Amino acid sequence: MTALVPRRARRLASLAEALLTPHGMDRYLELVDPMLVRREIRGLVTDVRRQTPDTVTLTIRPSRAWRGHIAGQYVRVTVEIDGVRRTRCYSPAGSEHDESLELTIKADPQGLVSRHLNRTVTIGSVLGLSTPDGEFTLPSPRPRRILLLSGGSGITPVLSMLRTLADEKHEGDLAFLHYSNGAEDALYRAELADLARRLPGLRVVHAFTHAKTGGDLHGFFSKEHLAETAPWYPDAETFLCGPKPLMDSVREVFEADGLGAHLHTEEFTPPALTFDTENAEGQVRFARSGREFANSGKPLLEQAEEAGLSPEHGCRMGICFSCTQIKTSGCVRNAKTGETSSEENEEIQLCISVPVGDVEINA
Amino acid sequence: MTGLQDKLTPAQVEEFGREMDEVRQRIVADLGQADVDYIHNVIKTQRALEVAGRGLLFAGFFPPAWVAGVTALSVAKILDNMEIGHNVMHGQYDWTRDPALSSQKFEWDTVAPSENWRHSHNYIHHTYTNILDKDRDIGYGVLRMDPAQKWNPYYLGNPVYATLLALFFQWGVMLHDLEVDRVVKGERTWAENKPVLRKIVRKAGRQVGKDYVLFPLLTGPLAPLTFLGNATANLTRNLWAFSIIFCGHFPADVESFTEEETENESRGQWYLRQILGSANITGGKLFHIMTGNLSHQIEHHLFPDIPARRYPEIAGEVRAICEKYGLPYNTGPLHKQLFSVAKKIVKLALPWNGEPRTPATVESDKTLRAA
Repeated sequence: MTALVPRRARRLASLAEALLTPHGMDRYLELVDPMLVRREIRGLVTDVRRQTPDTVTLTIRPSRAWRGHIAGQYVRVTVEIDGVRRTRCYSPAGSEHDESLELTIKADPQGLVSRHLNRTVTIGSVLGLSTPDGEFTLPSPRPRRILLLSGGSGITPVLSMLRTLADEKHEGDLAFLHYSNGAEDALYRAELADLARRLPGLRVVHAFTHAKTGGDLHGFFSKEHLAETAPWYPDAETFLCGPKPLMDSVREVFEADGLGAHLHTEEFTPPALTFDTENAEGQVRFARSGREFANSGKPLLEQAEEAGLSPEHGCRMGICFSCTQIKTSGCVRNAKTGETSSEENEEIQLCISVPVGDVEINA
Repeated sequence: MTGLQDKLTPAQVEEFGREMDEVRQRIVADLGQADVDYIHNVIKTQRALEVAGRGLLFAGFFPPAWVAGVTALSVAKILDNMEIGHNVMHGQYDWTRDPALSSQKFEWDTVAPSENWRHSHNYIHHTYTNILDKDRDIGYGVLRMDPAQKWNPYYLGNPVYATLLALFFQWGVMLHDLEVDRVVKGERTWAENKPVLRKIVRKAGRQVGKDYVLFPLLTGPLAPLTFLGNATANLTRNLWAFSIIFCGHFPADVESFTEEETENESRGQWYLRQILGSANITGGKLFHIMTGNLSHQIEHHLFPDIPARRYPEIAGEVRAICEKYGLPYNTGPLHKQLFSVAKKIVKLALPWNGEPRTPATVESDKTLRAA
C-alpha cells in the first residue's frame, strides 16, 4: 500500500500537468506560494546572521525538488534585482548530511548580487536555486589524512567538508588552516572551536594576514605555516579554496614538493582574463537572434550583452557552464587557458571565450 | 502599391530613422521593475481567470455559472495569447532573464506551437512586413488581401474563407506554419515540413486533450456542457484575435510593397515601411490590454521587442514624428477598421485590381529630389 501512494501521487501529478498544459503546474502553484513549485528548486530563508560586517550567513530551507549537495559543490543562486534575474555561484557551508542549506556570502564592493544579498535578504525571502554541481569534493572512501585550507569567504566549501567529516566522526588526521585579515574578519570562529572540541583528530588553525596578534599564525601563507599546521601534509589530500594570491602561493609550494596531484582546488575569484581589445577583428554573429556586430575582443558573453542580447549565464568565470552555446563556425580563444579552438559545432562557454576573427554562435 | 523610395529624400529618411532610434533607446534605458511587475500582474490575472473559469464549469448545470465560466476562460485565453504569449515570444521580456518570460521557452494556450510561430511571425512577418510574396501574413496563403495578388476564380470564395479563418483562427495560425500553398506550388517539400508537423501534432494533441477530453471527462455528467464551454471560449478567442490582427495590416490605405523597392533597405526605410504597412485601433486602456496592445500595431512593428505596455506612452511621439515627415498614421475605432477590412475582403474576391493611385504621401518635388 505504501508503495502505491507515491505512484498514485505521480499519476495525479501527471494528470495535473496535462490539465495545466501548456504552462505546467509550477506556474500556477507559485502564485499561491513560491515554495510550492515541484520542478524548479527554490529556497526559503529561515535565518539570517552576520558574522562579520561584510558577510551574511543564510540558513535556507530548499523546496521539494532539492536532493541535497555533496560537500565542496556549489549551487547557482538567483535573485531578481530591478526586474532582472541575476545568477551567481555559491558553495554551501553546511554538512552534506544537513537537510537545510547554509550560504555565507561576502559583499564584494563591485559585486551586484553579493551586495544585494547582503543588503536585502531577510527571513522569509525566497531565492532561486539550482541542483548542486562541481568536482571539488571529498573522495569516497575518505582519505585517512586530510588538510583543508581556505582564505576569506573561500571557507565555505572546505567548511562543508569539515562539517561532513565531523558528522561522519572521521578518525584520521584532520587539519583546517584558514586565512583571514584579522579577528573581525574570521568567519565561523565559534563553530570551528566547537568542532575542534567534538572531533579529537581535528586541529583548527587561524592565520591572520593583517593582524599581529589574536591568531594562531600571522602573515601570508608559507611553507612554515603548512608544516606547523599539518606536519604530515605530504601524506595527505589537501583541499584548497580562497583568493588567487593564496591559491598561487599554495600551488607553488605543492608543485615544488612534487605534491601537485594531492592538491585539490576550487577557484571562486574570477581569474584575471586576458584579452586584447586593441587588435580584435572580425564579425560576431548570433544566428538565432540575427544579431551581428564587430568583434570587440572581449568575451562573447559581454559582447552579446553589449549588443542587447541576454544569454543565459551563471558564474561569468568559466565554472558553471550555464552560458554554454554551440559555436557553429569560427575560432575562439579560452581566456582562462589561452588555448584556441576552431572546431565547427562545438560547445563553448560564452563567458570565457574570446572570438579570434569571425565567429558564429547558434543563439 | 507605392514607391517606398519616393516618400522622403535620403537625408530625410536617415534623420527620420535616427529619431525613431532615439525613441527606442529612451524606452530601452528605462526598462525595469515596473515592467516586470506589470507582466506579473497580467499573468496572475490570467491564471486566476483560467482557474475560475475551469472551476465554474464544474457548476455548468447552472446557466449563469456556465456563462461566467466561459467568459472567464475566454478572457484568460485572450490574455494568454495576446498580452502575454505574443509579447513574451517577441522577446519583450528576455532582458529579465526569467525563464518563465523567455521568448525561447514560452508556450501559449493555442494549438500553434510557439517554435513554429516564432519563425513564421517574428522572423518572416516582422522582417518582410507587407512585402508581397515575402510576407506570408498577407492573406495567410488562403485569402486575396492585396490587389497585387493575381486574381483567379478561387478567390470568389474570399469572404467564405475569411469567415472560416476567423472561426478557426488558432488552427489557421497552426497550419500557416506548414506553408501548404507553397507545397502545392512545389516551392516547399513535405520533407521540409516534417519537423514543423511533428511539433504541431504534439502541441495540438495536448491542447485538444485538455479542452475537449480531460476537462469534460472530469466534470462527469456535465461533459457535453464543459465541452461546449471550452469550444465557446476557444471560438471567442479566435474571433477576437482574428479581428485585432486583421485590423493591424489590412484596413484601406495600408500600403504594400514589392521585393524590388525594398532591396538594400536602410534602417530608416525599414521603419518607414513598418509605419506605412500597419494600422492602429483606438480605444480605452482595458481595450488595449485585451488586444495585447496590438491596437498599437504601428508602434509594435517599429519596436517589436519593447514591452507592449510601453506602446501607448510612445504613440503620441511616433504620431508627431509621422506628421513632421508628412507620413500617414493609420488609426481608427475598431468598428471602422473592421468594416474597412471586411470591405477589402469582399472587394478583392472579384477581379478588381485597384485603381492606380498616387499615394497620399508623395509630393512631386520630393520625388524629384529623392530620385
